[in-house]
Parts: sequence; C-alpha cells; structure tokens
Amino acid sequence: MSEVFEIAVIGSGPGGMSAAARAAELKVSHILLEASPQLSNTIFRYQKGKHVMAEPEALPLRAPVPFEAGTREAILDAWDQGMTRLGVNIRYGAEVSAIKKRDDGVFEISIGRSEKVLAKNVVLGIGLQGNIRKMGVPGEDAPFVQYQLDDPDEYEAETIIVVGAGDAAIENAVALAKQNQVIIVNRRDEFARAKEGNLRAISKAIEDGVIECYYGSAPERVDKLSVGRKPGRLILNTPKGRAQVLCDRIIARLGANPPRSFVEACGVVFPNADPASVPAISEKYESNVPGLYIVGALGGYPLIKQAMNQGYEVVEYILGNIVEPADEPLLRAKFETMPGFRSVSSALELVQKSVPLLATITPLQLREFMIDSAIRTPKAGEPIFKRNDYTNSFYCIVSGHVEIVVDEASDKRIRLEAGEFFGEMSLISGRRRSATVHAGQGCVLIETPRRSMQKLINSVDGVKKLVDRTFIERAIRGRFGDEATPAQIREVVASASLQKFKAGEVLFREGDEGDALHLVRVGSLTISRNLGGREVVLSYVPAGNYVGEMAIIGGGKRSATAKAAIATETIRVDRDAFRKLLEQNPLLRARLAQEVKQRTAENITMQAAASGGDIISFLVGQGVGEATDVLLIDESLCVRCDNCEKACAETHGGTSRLDREAGPTFADVHVPTSCRHCEHPHCMKDCPPDAIRRAPNGEVYIADNCIGCGNCERNCPYGVIHMAAKPKQKPGLLQWLLFGAGPGPGESPYDPDSNQKKAVKCDMCKDVKGGPACVRACPTGAAIRISPEQLPEYAYARNP
Amino acid sequence: MHESILDYGRYRYLWVALILSIGSLVAYLWHDPIGVPNGGTWLGYTLGTIGALLILWLLWFGVRKRRYSGASGSARGWLSAHVYLGSTLILIAFLHSGFQVGWNIHTLALALMLLVIFSGFFGVYAYLRYPSLMTRNRANTTRDAMLEEIRELDQQALALADKIDRNIHDVVLRSIQQTRLGGGILAQLRARDDSAQALASLRKAVSTAGASAKADAGSQTMVMMVDFLANQASDAQSDNLRRLIDMVSRKSALATRVARDIQLQALMEVWLYLHVPLSLGLLGALTAHVLSVFFYW
Ligand SMILES: Cc1cc2nc3c(=O)[nH]c(=O)nc-3n(C[C@H](O)[C@H](O)[C@H](O)COP(=O)(O)OP(=O)(O)OC[C@H]3O[C@@H](n4cnc5c(N)ncnc54)[C@H](O)[C@@H]3O)c2cc1C
Ligand code: HEM
Ligand code: SF4
Ligand code: SF4
Ligand code: SF4
Repeated sequence: MSEVFEIAVIGSGPGGMSAAARAAELKVSHILLEASPQLSNTIFRYQKGKHVMAEPEALPLRAPVPFEAGTREAILDAWDQGMTRLGVNIRYGAEVSAIKKRDDGVFEISIGRSEKVLAKNVVLGIGLQGNIRKMGVPGEDAPFVQYQLDDPDEYEAETIIVVGAGDAAIENAVALAKQNQVIIVNRRDEFARAKEGNLRAISKAIEDGVIECYYGSAPERVDKLSVGRKPGRLILNTPKGRAQVLCDRIIARLGANPPRSFVEACGVVFPNADPASVPAISEKYESNVPGLYIVGALGGYPLIKQAMNQGYEVVEYILGNIVEPADEPLLRAKFETMPGFRSVSSALELVQKSVPLLATITPLQLREFMIDSAIRTPKAGEPIFKRNDYTNSFYCIVSGHVEIVVDEASDKRIRLEAGEFFGEMSLISGRRRSATVHAGQGCVLIETPRRSMQKLINSVDGVKKLVDRTFIERAIRGRFGDEATPAQIREVVASASLQKFKAGEVLFREGDEGDALHLVRVGSLTISRNLGGREVVLSYVPAGNYVGEMAIIGGGKRSATAKAAIATETIRVDRDAFRKLLEQNPLLRARLAQEVKQRTAENITMQAAASGGDIISFLVGQGVGEATDVLLIDESLCVRCDNCEKACAETHGGTSRLDREAGPTFADVHVPTSCRHCEHPHCMKDCPPDAIRRAPNGEVYIADNCIGCGNCERNCPYGVIHMAAKPKQKPGLLQWLLFGAGPGPGESPYDPDSNQKKAVKCDMCKDVKGGPACVRACPTGAAIRISPEQLPEYAYARNP
Repeated sequence: MHESILDYGRYRYLWVALILSIGSLVAYLWHDPIGVPNGGTWLGYTLGTIGALLILWLLWFGVRKRRYSGASGSARGWLSAHVYLGSTLILIAFLHSGFQVGWNIHTLALALMLLVIFSGFFGVYAYLRYPSLMTRNRANTTRDAMLEEIRELDQQALALADKIDRNIHDVVLRSIQQTRLGGGILAQLRARDDSAQALASLRKAVSTAGASAKADAGSQTMVMMVDFLANQASDAQSDNLRRLIDMVSRKSALATRVARDIQLQALMEVWLYLHVPLSLGLLGALTAHVLSVFFYW
C-alpha cells in the first residue's frame, strides 16, 4: 500500500471506465476499482441482447473508448478491448467500503475489511444502482445464497427459499414455483409494498398451496450442511417461535441500499433529505470535498454518453487542463437564438444575473438546467400557453415581460417583469393551466421541462422556498384577490403554511371544530359524511379547489369529513386570518356564502343517491383520484367484442395499450388496465432520457428517444406500460376483407424476437384523427373516457 | 354518460327513422297511382332507391367498424343509426312493393332482408341483455383466471388422487381428459361441461372402492362415504379424500361458470353468423332484383 496513485476511480460504469481509460491514455498513474467481477456491472446486467441506445443523439461522444448504439454484448466487448488496449489498471471484485481524506490530503480508500489503496484524487462513479441489500445474518454469503436472479427457468426440482416481499421477490417466487418447491419469507404480515398484479399472483399461489409463506418472519442464521440431501438450512424467527427450513438455494431480494449513505460517509453533502436530490458538484465535477470528484448517474446524469464524456473531462480537469465541456456546442445552439448573443459563458452569466431564482445555483447546475431547457423568443401578443392546457413546463423571464389573463371575460391582465417566473402552478399541481399567458414586447423566456425543474427544486433549497412562497401567494390571490386588497392578501399569505397528507389521511373530521381552510395544491380529496353509521362519499375535490370554508363561514363545526384520496399537499389558511379577511370584505363573504349554498345543495343530491358515493369510493380506490383521464367500461353494455383493443392495436403499431378484461368491476363499472394519465405520472420518474412527456391536452406519452430501460414499466403502479418492438408493415383493410391478405384488424403481434424494444403505453390517441380509438370503436357505448372532475356527475348519473 | 345503442344522442336516430317512416307512409297514402301500387310507379322507384341505398349503407357498417383511424363518428353512433334505419327498411320495402309478394327473385330479396333484420333484432336483444348476466356470472374474475384455476385444481387433484388409490387416480385422470369446455358452436350454446359427470363418476369410484367392504355404499351420500372410508383407512387417507372431493366440487362449480360464460359470449356472437352471411346473400339477391327489373323494362 505504499504507492500513492494520482487518480483512483471507483466504479467501472461508463463514467468511471472512461475516466480510467483517459488516465491510462495520458499515462497518469491510476487505479480502477470495481466491486463486481466484470466491467460496468449495470450494463452487464441488462437483459441479454438488449439494444442499448446512445441518447441524447445530438451530444457528441468524447471518450477514449468507443460507444454507439448497438447490442449490450457488442458494447461490452468494445469496452473490454479498450481497457486492454490502453492498459487500464483495473481491479475487479474490489468493493470500496470507505473513503477517508488524511490530513496530508491523500485519500485512503478501504476495500472490503482490511485492504487500503492511496490516491491523491478520487473519481466516484458508482452509479445509482446501489449496494444490494444482504440478509445481515451469519451465513449470508454461503455459496447457496444469492441476491440476484436473471433467469428463473434455469432452476428446477429444487427447494428454494425466497426472502423478501417486494415486487422482485414475488416475481421470482412465482416464476420459480413452476419448476421448484418455493418458500417465501415475509418480514411483515402482508405483501403491502407490491403492485396489484403481483399481490394477486402471490396471494393466489399461497392460497393454492403452490408457494408456502412464512409471514412475520425474519431470517436469523444460514447454516451450511455437509450431511443430508440439502446443502443448507435457514433458521427463521417466526411469530410461533424458531423454525428451520432445509433448502437447496436461498434467493434474497431485499432491494438495494441507495448509495447515498456511503457517499455521505465520504464527506459529501447533499442539499436536503429528499431522496431525489443529488450532491452539488462544481463545474469541474468536484464535490464539496476537494479532490473528490463525482461523475455519471450519481451526479445526476443518467445516460451512458453523458457519463462517458464526464469521465474524460474529469481527468482533464484533475490534471489542470481546460477543456470545453462536450455539451458546449449544444448550449451554443440554444443561446444563438437569443438577441445579442456573444458567447455561452456571457449568456449563462446574463441568465443568472437577470433571474433571481437561478442566482444561487452552481454553474454546473445552471449548465444542465439550460441544456434541458429551451430559449423562447415569442412575438409580442403571442400566447405562450393557454388556459386549460395540460402542459407543465416552467418559465423564467430573462427580459421583456409577459401578461397573464386573470379574468377572461373582462380581459383583465397582470404583468410579470423580467426576472420573475411563471408556470409553477401546473408544475406543482399537475393540473391544467389556470390562465392564459401572452408574451409582451421583447420577450426572452427560458422554458424548462417538468423533470429538470423538479430536480432543481429538489436539489436547491433556495429555489424550493422561493417557488413555494410564490405559489402560495399566487394561489391565495387567485382565489380571493378579486375582492381583497393586496395588503389584506399579504396578511393571509403570511399566516398560510404547506401541509402534507398521505393517501387516506384525514384533513378534518365531521364534527371537528373548523380551525382552518385548505387549498388543495397537489393531489385530491374525497368528502364524506357519516349517514346512519356508514361513511358515504359525497364528492371529490381535485387540486386547485378549497375545502373547509363552510365551517368558517358558518362559524361552527365541520359538516363533513375530508380525506386525502392520494398523497396530497394543501395550503392551510388559519381560521382567524381568514375570518378577518371576510370581515374586511363583505363582497367576498357574500360570494363564498353563495358557493357554500351551492355545495350544500350538491351534497344533498348526492346524499339522496348514496350508492353513487360507493362508486366514487371504488374509483378513487382504483387510482382514479390521481388520474386526469380514465377509461371506464359499463359492463352492462359491453358485449366483450374486444373491438376497443383491436382499435387500439390497429392505431398503435399492433400492440393494444389497454387490457379490457383485466381490472376490477363494481356495480357494473369496470376499470380496465389502461393508462390513467396521472396528474403526477409515476412513470416519468427515473426515465433516463426524459422520454415521457405530457402533451397540451393532458396525454402522457412516450417519445421516440425512449431507451427501453424498463424503469417506467416498473414504476407505473397500474401496470399499463409494456416493452414492445415495432411490428412489421401490414396490408390494408380492404385487402384483408376481400382477399384475406395479412393479419386482420388488431392482430398484428409485434416481433417477439426483436431486441429493439421500447416502452409503449396509451397516448390517448393524440395522433389519431377523431380522438381515442378505443372509445370510438366501441359499438355499444360501453367504453367512455372521463376525467375525475366528472366523477360526482358520473356516479350520480349511474344512480339517479 | 354511457349511452347505449338505443339512447345514443338522445334517440337521435329513432327520430330520423320515425320521420323517414312517417314520410314514406304519408307519401304512400297520398300517392294515387294508376292501377295497383307497386315498384313500377314513381313512388315505387323512389322508395326502392332509398331502400337499396339504405341496404348498401347498412352493409358498409361492416367496413366502417374495422376502420379504426378515420374520424367519421363513433361506432356506437353508427350502430345506433344502423339499428333504427335498418328497422325502417321493413316498412319501406313493403311500401315499395305495394305489399305484393310472389315466388320470384324479388320476394327472395325481401325474405332475405327480413331474415337479416330479424336476426338484427335478436342481436340488439342479446347486446342489451347478456352483458349484465355475464358480469354477474364472472363474479369479478376473468375467464382466463378461471381456466387457469381449473388447470391448477386438476393438477392438485391428480397428485392427491395418486396418494389415495390407483383406482381413484384413474377416475380423476379420465375426468380431466374428458373435460371439454367450449367446442363447436352448438356445444357452446348448450353450456355443456363434463365436470358434473366427473364428480358423479368420482362418487361412483369412491363408493365402489368402499363397496368391496360394504355392499350398499353405492347409495350413500358423499359425506357418508367419506365417513365410511374414514373407518376403513387411515386418518390421512380420509382427509385426503375429503380434500379431493372439495377440489373436484370446486372445479365443477368453476367449470359450470366457464361454460355459462362461453354460452353467453356465444349468444352475443352467434346471431352475427346469420346476420352477416345473409346480408351478403341479400346483396346478391338485391343486385339480381335490380338487374331483372331493368332488364324487363
Ligand atoms: C435496464 C437499463 C437500461 C438502460 N439503457 C440505457 C441505454 O440504452 N442508453 C443509455 O444511455 N443509458 C441506459 N441506461 C442508463 C445507464 O445504464 C446509466 O446511465 C449508466 O450506467 C450510468 O453510468 P455510471 O458510470 O454513472 O454508473 P453505473 O453504470 O451504474 O456503474 C457503477 C459501477 O460502480 C460499481 N460500484 C458500485 N459501488 C461500488 C463500490 N462501493 N466499490 C466499487 N465499485 C462500485 C458497480 O458495480 C458498477 O459497475 C439504462 C439503465 C438501465 C437500468
Ligand atoms: C338489411 C338490413 C341490414 C343489413 C344489410 C345489415 C348488415 C350488417 C353488417 C354488414 C354488419 C357488420 C357485422 C360485422 O362485420 O361484424 C351488421 C352488424 C350489426 N347489425 Fe345489421 N344489418 C341490417 C339490419 C339490421 C337491423 C334491422 C338491426 C337491428 C335492429 C341490425 C343490428 C346489427 C347489430 C346489433 C350489429 C352488430 C354490431 C357489432 O357488433 O359490431 N342490423 N349488420
Ligand atoms: S403509465 Fe401509469 S403512471 Fe404513467 S400516467 Fe399512465 S397510469 Fe399513470
Ligand atoms: S386512447 Fe388510444 S392509445 Fe389509449 S387505449 Fe384508447 S385506443 Fe389505445
Ligand atoms: S369495444 Fe366496447 S363492447 Fe367491445 S369489448 Fe370494448 S368496451 Fe366492450
């Protein structure tokens, strides 16, 4: 351990590998430490033959090893060859457990329990896959214990214990049970974390006795056996005492520890507790620990090409060289449309100087922010977005001004000047735009997509605070500002706070004292009353509306219970502050009293049709509460002709994006497995190329730059995304009708052997003339699409 | 919100159909032809043309139904119009012919048309009546799930039967091999499933297994047989047997439900096998009818 390397690279993913390769190319003393027995474990673990895509297309590659779109095997081969050719000093099976900076500035890198490596600089490229969680009991590394499973069909006639209760554990257990005797060990009493489909599968398998389950049980010890037919046994702590299970194999699927705690232990600071936040790094990828650099997915760059470029650049920076970042040409192309453009750096400076929101972010964050964003220079009077559009991008005004139409009827407008921002409402609530915005004279805007903006909000506290405060202020002004003066509004804003509720949590209960008013900012609520000992849902309140005013105006107790339908956030306005506002503004009071009256009347109608409430409850339970548009089928009209599926397949490359039959039914209302176009689509999170977008009409769709990683398929709780390849061309309809040429309507299965799979899902037929083909093709009127705002009306219509 | 084929667009096409019918009827009554009213008068030609065009348009529905990407309205609007305007054809056709029928090509076209229309009436009835029955019968699962469960039950029953007795194993195996759900259209419509028979033969096998010891076992009920066997064999044996019978009963219940499901689906589809070929036949007859009229003219 005497040698002190110039650079130690940890993790041989695209980022780390490229860094080590560049160091080798420049003959700098280096070492590459990789935990797994092979190069680039993340890529190695892609499905066999996967077609790896080289997004973003416009970004040039700058690395000593090649990378272009192709199969996983070809890419790994090329990298392995590159490593050998350049003579990279690589050590496999070297899992780094700690990094400590000594007083003399040299890093001490611990491998495993005892070994240490010394280096002057460390490049951390460990990606986001994290360390696989082990069982944490004696014997956890026995030869028959494994923590991954690639191909369940490999095993047969074995006794296998699966430990874990998540989706991976369940999928493995169910697949293995076909050829093996499977026992699943669940620490809890139920499979609560699993997706609906997996939950059904495992419950059924257990019920049928196909899989044996130990509930509420935790592994205590793994023993290797030398006598007997089985190589090992697992000692379990069960509610009924200790149990031992003999087995051939133990597969523990306990997920992975996100690398964050390891990184924090190295001294790197994260901006806040949000799991989505990434450590702040300088323009040269240096963290707050001098000499410790972060590249790749860990630093917030989730694509292979980006990671490889950073690996190259970071070595140059360490050596003190100045290189133009590889994304410079992209930025230049962006800024060129900006009037008075001189250079990228001056343009970046201008942006940061003129928009206070961006003043505190690091240069690297700003670059990244700008790469994802677009510069817009709309002509005066041009609409930037329209009221009721479903877009959710965010805008900063660099120069000029915009006008927001606050009242359509009177065309009353307010002005936002350079330095301000707008679009935060839809970004946060996931709902339609609340007003139309027109460009003013000489307007230069930065338009930022939802994901990048959210990433920034999650990574920089100053940005989050400013956006939240502005949101509260504008929301309250929008609701009550017509009658009240700005000073009065400011007072109310000062008393307001944000409050979060989990799905199912109660905001307030019928009979409680009315202590506050809630403006729903994210999520939605159900309003219910206790009628004869039964909870009856009366109504559904989407984001953008308020609840709790009745008790405050009436001055009494809550007349109903408000409950979060999904994870929800509200702006809470204190009773006293709100009363004061009402006292000062008799007009406002009169308007609200009128609204209260109307709501009471609606509630009474719903109360009369109490079973309508059951339909709302059922639909909210099916996730309709977070939907913007959902397909419902009236099973008393559906003749099961599957025309809806055929239509979908026919208009969408041969794969239907809806499964009519699957999904639950209540009172003849059937919720088929099809996309709900969620307000805050779960599928969007962790999409490396940010390929999932929302169109102005609300459609959540997947763009062509999808890399087929399958994250969205896993993240969608409703199981509506599939991985599919493009189908072959097929002959026209009349040719089929008359001559039987080619596959018939809706029957063109995609090519199952293709490895060029991409994610496909319902796009609400945004490119099909006439709108949703499934609904239009239904001959009986059974299939309709509704938005959750229509829920009460719908429920009522079914139960007049 | 959901509109059926009948109340689509607030009965828009019912009104269209009524106006068309009343219009034709009024014209027919007001019209005073020379001689008997028939297809040869100007009104006859008019009504005939309307009818023929209607038929062509009704046929076009088969194409429209499979055109998923065009923007020409919704399929349910088309079907609603199809149903109402199709029904007016009865009146229009008879008015067109002046209620004259005979043994000729013209009447063949009329007869075919009426068959098509009446099969359509059944279709509408089926579409409105059977879906709810189907939902209720399924009780929140899918047919595939039920079939899957049957398959699993079969496997388990076989494994269990193997433990009990060779004879019983054979019976279970045979009954599994014989279980046929669905099949030809008639079998589908009859909702035949062989599971009840399987249960019966299992009972018989059980009773004959016991019969060697006790002669009148054949007439005993199942529970008594199990009790009887419990005395004969070990505890585990009788427990297995009880479980086997539970399994086979459950399978039988499932199979009945699947068969009913298939039956309902078949009822919703079978009439189309008349409706469509007959409508093509009608197209032929109609062409012949029109050609012959022009030929003789
Ligand atoms: C299924 C799937 C498909 C994808 N498809 C594409 C695609 O087609 N195109 C694309 O551009 N991107 C794709 N991605 C994203 C891409 O894989 C990542 O962006 C990329 O791997 C990130 O590179 P990285 O170097 O930051 O980290 P990683 O590639 O994750 O590499 C980290 C390495 O560090 C090692 N390591 C971790 N901890 C330690 C430790 N303590 N000590 C030593 N070594 C350690 C790991 O074993 C691993 O080899 C896909 C991702 C997934 C999951
Ligand atoms: C001469 C008159 C008619 C002709 C030529 C005709 C023709 C057709 C055709 C070609 C189809 C398409 C079937 C398919 O391709 O799947 C069809 C479907 C149908 N017709 Fe008719 N039809 C006529 C009258 C009627 C009448 C009077 C009714 C009802 C009162 C009716 C009810 C239906 C129904 C319910 C369907 C099924 C729609 C579906 O499931 O997609 N038809 N008809
Ligand atoms: S794919 Fe799933 S998560 Fe995404 S919008 Fe649709 S239902 Fe929601
Ligand atoms: S809206 Fe279009 S894409 Fe979505 S399920 Fe229906 S047919 Fe398919
Ligand atoms: S098209 Fe309509 S009737 Fe046919 S299966 Fe789909 S929902 Fe049911």
